Parts: sequence; C-alpha cells; structure tokens
Amino acid sequence: MKVSKEKSAEKSVLLEVSGLKQYFPVKKDSIFQPKAFVKAVDDISFVVNEGETLSIVGESGCGKSTTGRSILKLDEPTEGKVLYAGKNLVDLTKKEMRELRGDLQVIFQDPFASLNPRQTIKKILGEAMTIQKSVAKPLQHDRMIELLNLVGLPGEALDRYPHEFSGGQRQRIGIARALAVDPKLIICDEAVSALDVSIQAQILNLLKKLQKQFQLTFLFISHDLSVVRYISDRVMVMYLGKIVEISDKKDLFDAPLHPYTKALLSSIPVPNPSIKSKRILLKGDVPSPINPPTGCRFHTRCPFATERCKAEEPVLRELRVNHSVSCHYAEELFS
Amino acid sequence: MTELQETILEVKDLKTYFYTKRGVSKAVDGIDFALKKGETLGIVGESGCGKSITSLSILRLIPTPPGKIEGGEVLFKGKNLVEIPDSEMRKIRGNEISMIFQEPMTSLNPVIPVGEQIAEAIRLHQKMNKKEARAKAVDMLKLVGIPSPEKRAKQQPFQLSGGMRQRVMIAMALSCNPEVLIADEPTTALDVTIQAQILELIKDLQTKLGMGVIMITHDLGVIAETCNTVAVMYAGNIVEHSPTQNIFDAPKHPYTRGLLASLPKIDEDKDELYTIEGSVPSSYNMPPGCRFASRCPFAEDICEKKKPELLEQQDGSKVRCWMYSEEWTAAKPQQGVFS
Repeated sequence: MKVSKEKSAEKSVLLEVSGLKQYFPVKKDSIFQPKAFVKAVDDISFVVNEGETLSIVGESGCGKSTTGRSILKLDEPTEGKVLYAGKNLVDLTKKEMRELRGDLQVIFQDPFASLNPRQTIKKILGEAMTIQKSVAKPLQHDRMIELLNLVGLPGEALDRYPHEFSGGQRQRIGIARALAVDPKLIICDEAVSALDVSIQAQILNLLKKLQKQFQLTFLFISHDLSVVRYISDRVMVMYLGKIVEISDKKDLFDAPLHPYTKALLSSIPVPNPSIKSKRILLKGDVPSPINPPTGCRFHTRCPFATERCKAEEPVLRELRVNHSVSCHYAEELFS
Repeated sequence: MTELQETILEVKDLKTYFYTKRGVSKAVDGIDFALKKGETLGIVGESGCGKSITSLSILRLIPTPPGKIEGGEVLFKGKNLVEIPDSEMRKIRGNEISMIFQEPMTSLNPVIPVGEQIAEAIRLHQKMNKKEARAKAVDMLKLVGIPSPEKRAKQQPFQLSGGMRQRVMIAMALSCNPEVLIADEPTTALDVTIQAQILELIKDLQTKLGMGVIMITHDLGVIAETCNTVAVMYAGNIVEHSPTQNIFDAPKHPYTRGLLASLPKIDEDKDELYTIEGSVPSSYNMPPGCRFASRCPFAEDICEKKKPELLEQQDGSKVRCWMYSEEWTAAKPQQGVFS
C-alpha cells in the first residue's frame, strides 16, 4: 500500500491527456454561413498522477467542466488522446468504456439533479454496484451500510428518497455512490460549490479523509480558489479553452507566473479587512469562445499585452520545476 | 464613507412569519439594526437564515399570503414602512430605497431593450418625458461603466453578458438617486474578476452618491471588502452585530467563530478545516433557548432554556450569547480556542 507522502517523490501517471480538443457546433442562422464552433477546450495536454488531487480552476466558460466531461466521454472529444491504463479512452466503444467507468467516477455540483428522485438510496447505490459488478448481490446490503457510515450518514438512510435529505447530505450520498464501485479517479465537478460554508467544510474534510483511506485520485474542478488551495496538490488554470498555467499548489499561490492567474488571485475578496490587497482589475469580459482572440487569448484583457501577444500564440513551457506557464513574457514579468 | 452621519433606516424588532400547511415558519424573528447615511451594513449568514427575507420585508415584497410581517417597525424618514398604504410604498420602492437582486436575468424583462427598462423606472418616479428618460438611461449606463452605452441601451438582456446585466440592474436601481440601496447577493452569480469590478463599482457610486447600502451575502470575503458594520444572522436572529474589523479580528459568537474557522483560506495552508457539527434547527420548530445551542461546543444548561439577549460589549460589538453575560464571566474564565 502506498503512503500518500510518497506521491510527490515517485510519480506514476494515472491519466494522461494530450492534445484534447472539444468543439461544439453552433447553430447557424443561414445555410450559407460558414460552420462555426465553440472551442470549449482547445488543444490541452496534462497528466494526472496517481493519488494526487489536481484542480482545474477558471471562470465560467473556460472549459474546465468540459475537460472533465471529455475525459469521461460524457461528450465525445473532437480530437486528442486520453490515456488510462494503457488504453486511449477516446477510441473505446461504448461497451468498453462502460467497463472502465467503474474506475472513473464523477461527483456533480447539484446533488439534487444527479440523484434519481424516484429511487431510494438503496436502489441508487445498488444499481451502481450491479452495473459495475463491484459487489456481489448478497454482500451489497452490508457494503451499502458501510459506505453510508463512511460518508457520515446513518444506515437508516437506505430506505429513504433523495428529497428527504439536505444539500450536504445529498452530496454525501453522491460521494457514497461514487465509492460504491471502487473507483481510482473521481472527477469532482464543482462538488462543493452549491453548499454553505459550514457544510462545505464538512464535505471537503470528508473528501480528504477518503482520499487517504482509499488512495483515490481527484480531478477537482472548481471556480473557488480558496477551496482549491485547501484540497489540491497541483493546480491548473484555464482561460478560454487553454491551459495558462499549471503548477504545484504552493508555487502557484505564492508565485504565480501568468498575468491572468495573478489577476484572478487578486480578485478574490479576502475575509480579512486589515489586508487591503492590491487588486488587478481586469477590464471587460471574457471574449467569446466561438471566435477567440488571436495569439494569446488573454491579450484583450492583459495589462502587459504587446503586438507579439496578438500575433503569436504562446506555448506552455516549464519555467520552474513542475511549474509551466503559457506567456511570452513570464520571465520578465514576475521573476 | 469617512464621515458617518444620521441614521436613515432603522429596523426595530422585525418579525416575518410564513403560514404554511406545515405550520408557522419564523423566517425572521425579531431583528434590529440601523443604517447610517453613507454606511455599508453587511448581513451575512447561510441559506435559510433569513437574510433575504429581511431585505424583502423592508421593501414589503413578501408574498402575502403565505408570508406576513408579524410585528416590528421599519423606520425611514419618520415613516413606518410596515404601516403605510401600498400606494405610498410604491413611491418609495425603486425610488428612495432600491434593490439589486442576485440573478439579473430573471429580474430584467427579457423582451424589452434594457435602456427602455431603465427609462420606465425613471418615468415612474420622476417627471420626465420619454426622450429625457431615455437620455438619462444612457447616462446611467455610462455611469456604471458600460462601453458604448447608446448601442447597449437598445439591446435586449440576452445580448449582454452576466456582468453587464448586473451593471444594468445597478444602473436601474440608482437611476432615481436612492438613499438606501439593498444589494441582495449582487455578485454571487458572477465570476471573481467580474465580481471585483462590480464591488468596486458599488463602492465607487456609494461615495459619489452618498447612499446607505445594505449588502446581503453569504461570502465573508465580500463583507470584509465592502462593509463598515456586519450583522451575522443565524436561524432568523442576529447573533452578532459588530464593526467589520471586530468580526474578523475578535469574533465573539461561537457561530461567527465557527464560520470563520471553517473557511478555506486563499493565503494559508490548512490540513483540516474546522466544522460546525449538526445542522440549523427547523424554522417551524425553533428551540426555546439559544438557537445555536445544539451545535455549540460551549453550550450549558442555560443556553437550552433561555434565549440570550443581544449584549453590548466594550469594543462596540453586540453578541447574542450567554458566554458574554456577567453571570457567565463571573462563574468561569473566557474560553474558546478554534483551530
């Protein structure tokens, strides 16, 4: 059994994403119009190491959720590879993929929308176990009780329906369902965003505890940077379908290299009135992903943009150990 | 915001109950606060604590039935808003007191150009012809920092981004120079970079126009950035009412302390977050004593039996907790260590 401390030293890659693209066609107003696409995710590559928590952060429309969905093939990726256990998930048939879904689970933001309102908790958990054949029928009941206790719910919950639970409790059920099939990787898509602070803290602690206990790997998608700082080992920042920066957590928060990351971090209201942070106010809104800006996609809002940024697209390059950034001027700006 | 002047809005012992099949829900149960000119008062709390119902009660927007303002006063310019006739209330609402809601898409009319909507609000309260009102609407859009306001005024809400829609809402709310602005989670639906813009804008306009702002939010970060004083609500009551600095430097109520300790911090690494055990009591069946007692790590017999008063402290904080009563402090030393 692996100790979680070791994970930074010996890194075995669990999931490798390379050149992933996810385009969605846009409805045309006329048949003569050229075909347009929303480039939700546009050529991104990264790895998820075993036992770590990699977070994806960014604002609405940056492609963070789409990345998660593409990995699971909930949306069929347009291009690219997703390597898991020696297989490219993108090439798999539906049936082959279904077999792998036991390893790759997801927890969604809205626990009410993701639980069938007409099924009891017993049915919800049982169905997952049966489809993935993770637990034999006669053992299922005991395993369910065990799972519920694990996520901090009483065994009596089995015969109740989702609407009888509060938001936090429903999220616990969602977690129990993900665990029911013994997954390796869990994608948490805004898993705590709908919860109140005090409940959020409970769920975050629970996720951490479960990760240690079962050597889980998390891909944690969130817009909340404070939560990300708490839960992650590494953080990836996305903007308009591109990775702008990817780094170890500490490095990213203490010494961000990309102007966007810097602005994002400075935008967050800090719950401490004595800290008057120097805020970098970005002008305008995120441009449309249908027709993203040329060159660096951030150049329309970047305070340091030059002609080169408009023309030439920066590549993601490793500037420090485990810290990559895609900005032409990262060295000059923040070193 | 430096010179704080006279009180413009005062809420006294406000009670708003909802009469439903399940029984009486005491959503807001006796709250008091005062808002001074140019001041920003924050109301913070978790879902269901009554913060939004408070703001809706001030503007008499509670759906009746099932809701009813059961008691108390809302004093504005010598008038008690709870008692004045509807016609008079309509003159105040959107004019002298206006409000910004969380989701601009649902509060704007989807089929009317935004400029038109702002002009309508202006014409309702001020003597202006259509042309003047439209010009004023464009001015307002410019004031809230919308680029090419003439063009935008003719557009429908769906053609604007979320941040822009929220700016339109603010433009509309401010178009009649209100003396009080109630902002109910004005930035919750927005991204952080846009949130920063909007908060900056509200602050800016407040200094310019000198209005009092009631900022309702669940985000303690927003509170720290914008407010002078803060009221922390829990289960229909204000449990702590203090200058903002005190809330963060010397939080008193166990709930406030727990809430702060359970926040993940952007500038700090933590191994484990503090959690408040249990959950909020049902508003249909409030305990007779302190409403936080069942979750409070310091609760004693008295907490479950008798409801504490809002007690004034030396540093200007007010706190609804037995631990700060004279009897308690006499009996045992101050306690409380939160991680």
